[in-house]
Amino acid sequence: MSGLDRDGESRRGALRCLAWAGAGLVWTLAGGVPASLGLEAAAATRRTSPFSFVQISDSHIGFSKPFNPDARVTFREAVAKIAALPRRPDFILHTGDVSQLSKDSQFDDADQIIKEAGLPVFHVPGEHDVLDEGQGRAFLDRYGKGSKGAGWYSFDHAGVHFVALVNVVNLKAGGMGDLGPDQLTWLKDDLSAHGSSTPIVVFTHIPLWAIYPDWGWGTDDAAEALALLRRFGSVTVLNGHIHQVQQKVEGHVAFYTARSTAFPQAAPGAPGATPGPLAVAAGQLREVLGVREVDFVARGHALAVTDQTLA
Amino acid sequence: MPRLRLAAVGGAVILAFGAIGVAVAAAGGASAVTIDNFTFSAPAITVAAGSTVTWTNRDDIPHTVRAVDGSFHSKAMDTADSYSFTFTKPGVYNYFCTLHPKMVGKVIVK
Repeated sequence: MSGLDRDGESRRGALRCLAWAGAGLVWTLAGGVPASLGLEAAAATRRTSPFSFVQISDSHIGFSKPFNPDARVTFREAVAKIAALPRRPDFILHTGDVSQLSKDSQFDDADQIIKEAGLPVFHVPGEHDVLDEGQGRAFLDRYGKGSKGAGWYSFDHAGVHFVALVNVVNLKAGGMGDLGPDQLTWLKDDLSAHGSSTPIVVFTHIPLWAIYPDWGWGTDDAAEALALLRRFGSVTVLNGHIHQVQQKVEGHVAFYTARSTAFPQAAPGAPGATPGPLAVAAGQLREVLGVREVDFVARGHALAVTDQTLA
Repeated sequence: MPRLRLAAVGGAVILAFGAIGVAVAAAGGASAVTIDNFTFSAPAITVAAGSTVTWTNRDDIPHTVRAVDGSFHSKAMDTADSYSFTFTKPGVYNYFCTLHPKMVGKVIVK
């Protein structure tokens, strides 16, 4: 288990985090907006205790290469890991690349499998999910009810504000991920309803921090989004895309990238590597695939983020 | 001036300038661009108006080809898939992969 230690943060910010993470009594919104997706309405009313959720990413249903001939198999194993967690998470965040090629059959397969966890699922698209002729229409029709623009939305759960951002559409030649002015305008408005003591969880596909720009592993206008998030005492950013666990802390913002359930990718900028699938020896695949549990149980003022492999 | 070389590719004649990957196809001719390791094999090619350019993905991840000006775009090309477009009007056509926009190339139509 790896927790995130925020020692060194401003005392005021740390105390705020401590307050919301440590005690049930502050699990209320400071002027928050009603949930857009209705998940928490039922859950929040009967729950004042901390909770957990899971992140799953880059299932790439349809991926079929010799070292993982059927990504459905490893995805199903990942979902089984979630179903077997000792403490039942409240929901799943899927941070994109559900499919390999945005085919209906691939989305169908993914939906059938993830259903086996028996939990609500919130999605954001990856670049592999917007390859239909409508450039994301198929994904939105399936997962985007109640969302805005290319599929962004927010909801509140047990006092935490969750923000789903889309950074895989209208990408520009030579660029990286992109949020675009419309989404940033929406984000500003969305966040304005929340006091700075509200814990924020942002989830998106491509990293918001520039992990390796030469491979497009970053988001061109992320700085504008992060500027809007700066006043909050606790911000957690979860993403996929790079198929490996990486993390860093910048001010009050903690960034985590997640493993894929289909195939690994090379370390950022590894000599001779590309940002494509990294073939691994038979028998080692499950050591580099996995799921993530995010636990809002207090450990000092830290969130508990647990990355679990399929091995 | 580099010496001209003649190469027969799929029945079409391509004149290649040295080794820098600049090729000029005759009108009605055909040019090929392969995609290997997240790179367009010929980042810039020059063709005569009326020529057809074919892109072939040799990576084990899908790629696309999309003109910056929107004048042409492929579907997602999985491994070994190809996409062809015939350029009828002279001009410079910058294109990129929408999945991996760091991948850019251009077709110069004379």
